[in-house]
Amino acid sequence: MCLQTVIYLSIYLSIYLSIYLSIYLSIYLSIYLSIYLSIYLSIYLSIYLSIYPYPHTPLCRPAKISKCSYLMRCSAHPCLDRIDSGLSIDNDLLPPSLLPPPLHSPALPSPPLPPPLRREMGFVERRWRDVRVGDFVKVVSNEVIPADILLLHTSDPNGVCLIETANLDGETNLKQRKVVPGFAAAPTSPFKPAAFKSTVVCEKPNNDLNHFSGYIEKPDKKKLGFGIDSLLLRGCTIRNTEESSGIVVYAGHETKSMLNNGGARYKRSRLERQMNIDVLFCVVLLFSMCLIGAIGHALWLETFSSIPPYLVADSDGHFIPSTLAGFYMFFTMIILLQVLIPISLYVSIELVKMGQVYFITQDVDLYDEETDTRVQCRALNITEDLGQVQYVFSDKTGTLTENKMVFRRCTIMGTEYSHSENAIRLAVLGEADASEDEVTLFQQQQQPSLFAGDPGESIKRCHSTQVDVSGSQRSKVTTGSQAQSALAFSSPLETEVVPDRKLLQVVLGAEHQGEESGLDRSLYLDFFVALAICNTVVVSTATAQRQRVKGRRNSCAPRTFLGRLQGVLKKIASPQSLFRIVKDKQEPLSDPFAADEECPDLSDTPTIYSTAVEGGGPKTRARVTTAPRPAQRQGAEPGSASLVDDDVCYESQSPDEAALVHAARAYGFTLLERTPDRVTVRLPGRGVALLTYEVLDILTFDSTRKRMSVLVRHPHTHEIILYTKGADSAVMELLEEPADETVSQREFRKGLSSSTQRHLDMYARDGLRTLCFAKRVVGQKAYEEWSLLRQQAIAAIENRAELLMDTAALLETNLTLIGATGIEDRLQDNVPETIEALRAAGMQVWVLTGDKPETAVNIAYSCKLLDQRDLVFTLSTDNKAVCKSRLEGTLQEVRRYGSDTAFRGYAEGLRGPGAGSLGEDPTIGLVIDGRTLGLALEEEDLRSKFVELCRHCRSVLCCRVTPLQKSTVVKLVREKLRVMTLAIGDGANDVNMIQAADVGIGISGQEGMQAVMASDFAISRFKHLRKLLLVHGHWCYSRLSNMVIYFFYKNLAYVALLFWYQFFCGFSGTTMIDYWLMIFFNLLFTSAPPIMHGVVDQDVSAATLLSTPELYKMGQHSEGYRRSAFWIGMVDAFYQSLVCFFIPYLTYRGSDIDIFAFGNPMNTVSLFTIILHLAIEINAWTVVHWVIMLGSVLAYFAVTLAYSAICVSCNPPSDPYWIMQQQMADPMFYLVCLITVVVALLPKYTVQVVRGTLRPSTLLYAKQLERLLPRPQMEEQIRIDASEAPPTPRFRLSDLSSPSPPDSPLPPPPTTPPPHPTPHPPPATSRIVSP
Amino acid sequence: MMASSYNAKEEDGHHSGAVGPGGPGAIKSKKPDNTAFKQQRLPAWQPILTAGTVLPAFFVIGLIFIPIGIGLFVTSNNIKEFEIDYTGVEESSPCHICSQNYAWNNTNPCQCSIPFTLEQPFESNVFMYYGLSNFYQNHRRYVKSRDDSQLNGDKNSLTNPSKECEPYRTNGLPIAPCGAIANSLFNDTLELLYNFPNGTSISIPLSKTGIAWWTDKHVKFRNPGGNNNNLSAAFAGTTKPVNWRKPVYELDPSDPNNNGFINEDFIVWMRTAALPTFRKLYRIIHKNKDMPTLPPGNYTLNITYNYPVLSFDGRKRMILSTISWMGGKNPFLGIAYITVGSVCFFLGVVLLIIHHNYGSRSNNADIPN
Repeated sequence: MCLQTVIYLSIYLSIYLSIYLSIYLSIYLSIYLSIYLSIYLSIYLSIYLSIYPYPHTPLCRPAKISKCSYLMRCSAHPCLDRIDSGLSIDNDLLPPSLLPPPLHSPALPSPPLPPPLRREMGFVERRWRDVRVGDFVKVVSNEVIPADILLLHTSDPNGVCLIETANLDGETNLKQRKVVPGFAAAPTSPFKPAAFKSTVVCEKPNNDLNHFSGYIEKPDKKKLGFGIDSLLLRGCTIRNTEESSGIVVYAGHETKSMLNNGGARYKRSRLERQMNIDVLFCVVLLFSMCLIGAIGHALWLETFSSIPPYLVADSDGHFIPSTLAGFYMFFTMIILLQVLIPISLYVSIELVKMGQVYFITQDVDLYDEETDTRVQCRALNITEDLGQVQYVFSDKTGTLTENKMVFRRCTIMGTEYSHSENAIRLAVLGEADASEDEVTLFQQQQQPSLFAGDPGESIKRCHSTQVDVSGSQRSKVTTGSQAQSALAFSSPLETEVVPDRKLLQVVLGAEHQGEESGLDRSLYLDFFVALAICNTVVVSTATAQRQRVKGRRNSCAPRTFLGRLQGVLKKIASPQSLFRIVKDKQEPLSDPFAADEECPDLSDTPTIYSTAVEGGGPKTRARVTTAPRPAQRQGAEPGSASLVDDDVCYESQSPDEAALVHAARAYGFTLLERTPDRVTVRLPGRGVALLTYEVLDILTFDSTRKRMSVLVRHPHTHEIILYTKGADSAVMELLEEPADETVSQREFRKGLSSSTQRHLDMYARDGLRTLCFAKRVVGQKAYEEWSLLRQQAIAAIENRAELLMDTAALLETNLTLIGATGIEDRLQDNVPETIEALRAAGMQVWVLTGDKPETAVNIAYSCKLLDQRDLVFTLSTDNKAVCKSRLEGTLQEVRRYGSDTAFRGYAEGLRGPGAGSLGEDPTIGLVIDGRTLGLALEEEDLRSKFVELCRHCRSVLCCRVTPLQKSTVVKLVREKLRVMTLAIGDGANDVNMIQAADVGIGISGQEGMQAVMASDFAISRFKHLRKLLLVHGHWCYSRLSNMVIYFFYKNLAYVALLFWYQFFCGFSGTTMIDYWLMIFFNLLFTSAPPIMHGVVDQDVSAATLLSTPELYKMGQHSEGYRRSAFWIGMVDAFYQSLVCFFIPYLTYRGSDIDIFAFGNPMNTVSLFTIILHLAIEINAWTVVHWVIMLGSVLAYFAVTLAYSAICVSCNPPSDPYWIMQQQMADPMFYLVCLITVVVALLPKYTVQVVRGTLRPSTLLYAKQLERLLPRPQMEEQIRIDASEAPPTPRFRLSDLSSPSPPDSPLPPPPTTPPPHPTPHPPPATSRIVSP
Repeated sequence: MMASSYNAKEEDGHHSGAVGPGGPGAIKSKKPDNTAFKQQRLPAWQPILTAGTVLPAFFVIGLIFIPIGIGLFVTSNNIKEFEIDYTGVEESSPCHICSQNYAWNNTNPCQCSIPFTLEQPFESNVFMYYGLSNFYQNHRRYVKSRDDSQLNGDKNSLTNPSKECEPYRTNGLPIAPCGAIANSLFNDTLELLYNFPNGTSISIPLSKTGIAWWTDKHVKFRNPGGNNNNLSAAFAGTTKPVNWRKPVYELDPSDPNNNGFINEDFIVWMRTAALPTFRKLYRIIHKNKDMPTLPPGNYTLNITYNYPVLSFDGRKRMILSTISWMGGKNPFLGIAYITVGSVCFFLGVVLLIIHHNYGSRSNNADIPN
């Protein structure tokens, strides 16, 4: 018996399952697999293989790595043994880590090296994956560093190596790395790995990019310590250094950059997660239906006193007991009703998403002409998440900004120089951005007429020499991944500054009059000197600038000159004894502006001059020359100077410093050279008048002081001068107030500071980054006293940073204000508009940046992230307790404030609708720095407080955060607030964040491909985010949510039809519809319309969505796909299936109709109901809609007619032969179909209509408003919109959708749109509140 | 189709991307085509469902449905139908004795006759049905207990019926026709006598043919061996179903075109009913030229009572019905149409009110601009 049941069940299941599975698998999966997988794989592989520039995820990308580092493996060499033995020497403090990576550990020297190489002891090219710990690696300029390498040798005479860390932290400036101190060999001699006999001990691999420590133990037991500044990090690029060699300390997955990679996360869209719960509901529903069937069958069997003729016994003539029959029936029912579990839904969703992705990538508005890139959808499964984003986390550099700093204005001695010519030039530049060659032409024609003087000349020359290179880099044709990486560097057009004419005259005048002028003049000069030297800019030559160098670089004269200069300086200055030089070096000249001794060195390169003479022109200004030089060269000097200009390039930690140096250069104050001990500036007008200041100290920038200073000794006067540059708040407080000044002097000073302050406020309002410049002349004695303190501070072990800061603050007092500058970090196009739109769409925009707080705040203001009226809280502390108390304090304040505004809003609400709008209240912004953030993220308690605080803030700015912190913040917000997060970034430092967020967006084309590779969507400009989210996101979400609900509805509506029949067939599992037709029903007749709906339906047009971002909120609040919508759909499905079943049932009851003729009208009415149900949902009928909807109906009739004409006895027991034809010849069939469809859809239709009339949704309003504008106008609008101006007629749906008495006519007449909220006159400064 | 075009496009894009930086080949811009389809700007009709816009639809539906309903109702009412239950459960029934006798293959058939009176004449053709209640001909295992290829005259299936027929597949020899459906063939014989007022009665001629679908009789059901008149030879090697009294080739010995598998009573039975209460066409009474087919008067229904229904609480009925274009008598559809039409009309009025009172805001959507 038991065996029989098992056999029976297995046969039954196998038959049904084989049919179902064969059909599902063969058809669905073949479609799915063939289309989806092939496309996905082809896209994925093609992206992966063709675009991927170099292997960041390592060790596993064979053939593609053509570029390799030079590698020398010392497996046959004692050095490795030394290292290994060094490992065996246990050090208590620093655990040894120089083990080979565990993956390859047993057989370390696995790749056999060609024997000859070992003998020759030369470097060989090897792939990255072959690099092992302990290898000596030589990396040449512009190569990517393959592992974490301890720098042991560089070709630079100073033992420095410049690297670009854009892949790690997004900063495009150069960073300096030094050879392990004390290890430096003679720079001229090549590095000999064979001579390395020391042991390297360092810490275990960790993910801290900013810390590293260890020591080298020399054979003579002398230990040389090193830190992070001797480590070349994997993923960085060597710049401006011909070659660097070192020993690998971490390789592969142990490198710091790899440990910072959080790893990819499998992403599933929120809608699908919600949907999965509903699938569970469907399962529950299925089981309850099956249970009803099973119990019903058992009870039905119980009613018979004896066996009726229609009960069929088993093959052996026995009947199974009714309970067992009921038990079996449960499984029969599962097979019968399993369509309720929407397997096809998953396949359809994939197809829909593929269609959506297709349309997103086809959007011409998301195409960037400049880089010839479309939007890339790399993740095919989360398109609808784009429509639900609530938090946007953005990187700053390269994402919001172009990372191009431009000097815009300055104020010197209380006089503002607006640099209007420069502004015009920039404006022109912005317009003609597409083609830079034109700009170049324009520049060349314009400038000579504007500026006859030599500074203009120099600029012209600059352009003519440099633009060609960069122009070709930017032009479309040659754009490739390699060229793109070069885009990150500021193009000279943007760094060049056209001098303000008035200021130029003053400067030149000041220079002419020299010393006989008063205080004013020298301060003007001081201003520019401060501009030029008060920074940490690295000077390099243009030829060394980041070009791909193959083999040996062309050495050229200026480079040789500088090299020689450096060599000379090297001889004079030894790095250890700073103060000795000061004493030793005796300047022969007493004239403060006399040229330096090194001048003859420069003038000894006549070959350059000869080429440059042509640009010289009549030069008469260089008459005041005290430098001893041959007179015949004077005419050529300006030209030669400009040539030198051309060859100098500035690389800076912060781009604004570079911008200042460029600005100074525009006025002739050219920073020529910088070494740790001295800085050389060329003065304008006097030919090659060089001033070499000795740098006594650099008081580096920190965020507490908000300023930096340079302490220099003037070469001629030997005055010790402190130049300070910093935020206005930091500098203005420290201005001198000498006791012995006269009244007029005090008046003058006060007037000066107040007018400067006024100008600064103006700059800040314009979104410029402001910096104040001040100077102080320090007496020799005061300096010596101070330097003692300073030395103690430097030597200190504990609290070193604080001591350094304190000593710096000691010196930075009693400053004399010189002036201030305004610098613009150029935002990308339309960034403020985009952020405004995202805000209006209800998204919170956060900026997470590795940059300084000041910079970030400035950018935040200029991109409208922070408003001048906002209440900004700043959290910055090192101490945990302080952090905690501040967090709490801020939170309380914010809460109080929030309740205030809430109350006010409530009160205003009472007064009348529309009286108080949200935008007028100042909102809260939060600025937090990385260390504080780290503290706040440490403890659970603090974390929740932080999140709570952030929830109250409209915008949050996190500065100085590490890549890992970025992702932590994103994860925190995502998990604590349960919101949909989007992260957008362009650099490798954003990879973690991009992967942690629900939606990761990479900006392509700026800083390599890491961000793009990790992203789900890759766009080329930040402004594209607007259309991507507001239009495509909205569409995808509303389409998909409609589609999913519809799918659930559709399945239930059809399955319930079969279920109702069970009540009339003794719960025996009979279907009244031929099962082929049943399968076709889901597969062919009703599958295309929902997919089409999911791909092409538009609830509102793109133009409306762009102009009314409020519509986006629908997705954020998950209004499209709600549990209620699901259940309404289910109830509707039940109702419709009841109608579809019982109207034919009542019609045919008691007649002689047979099973399948009875099922046929039901199948037909179900089809019509289901199709027309969708038709009610469809918002815009295009040709595609008509074709697919009508096509589905026609396909149904065609297939059914053909099937019932052909299949005579092919499909027992249903035998559809001639049923359809018979039915279609019967007028009753049509009458039944007509009334059933009408009755089934009447409630849905009526509810839709009544709701649309009584309580129209925001979307409906948008649709109605859209109707008022003819289509072309909308198109125009979107064009305008997309370019820059805000849309002229802007609908404010916040007004429309506010609840109001029904008889008040709500929508404003379209001819008079509500006035765009005009910005209020902002108060003078932002309120920075730090509790 | 969408998918394939997508594929092609993407690959185009990537090829150019891959070739672009290195190769000298022609570089194609990746700029998407600015076509209405790709930019999703196809001209579209955007219906907005508000009271104002859909009002006419409701009235139109109401105006169409109500006349249809009236027409259907009238038609249904004009159909004459007479029904008589001859199960014989009640002791008073003449068939009571027969009904207690529920052996399938009783050798001496039980006869009973039930008199009835028709008040009104039945014009045109009269269809005579037998009706069964509580007979679940739609039970899943019953429905599939047949072999269609055997019924289609397939020689192979004749001697080796399908497994689906179990346990009515073989009875020593293979059963023809096999399966539970055939086995439970309705085997009562109904005759109709018209009693003249003078006491004599005549048998009313009942036509046995034309009761099955033409396609069933001529295509789907075939005797084995084609148009072989010697059916007993054709069915040689098979045996009759267990419950049958005579083999299949003796179903109607008088008419070779109505014998064997193509016997119309058999075909009608094999078309399994959709619902447990059903009727099946039994005979057709063709109309006379000059008088009503069934004039009013007294009739007698003579029943050869073979078919046991008591085991499942079933009922047996004989139904006489005229027929119209809409089939048998069923007032439901007419009422439904009238009701739905009225509801739509009513909703139309409600919407009109709504539109009048609240529709002002959707009004401006109608303003041509």
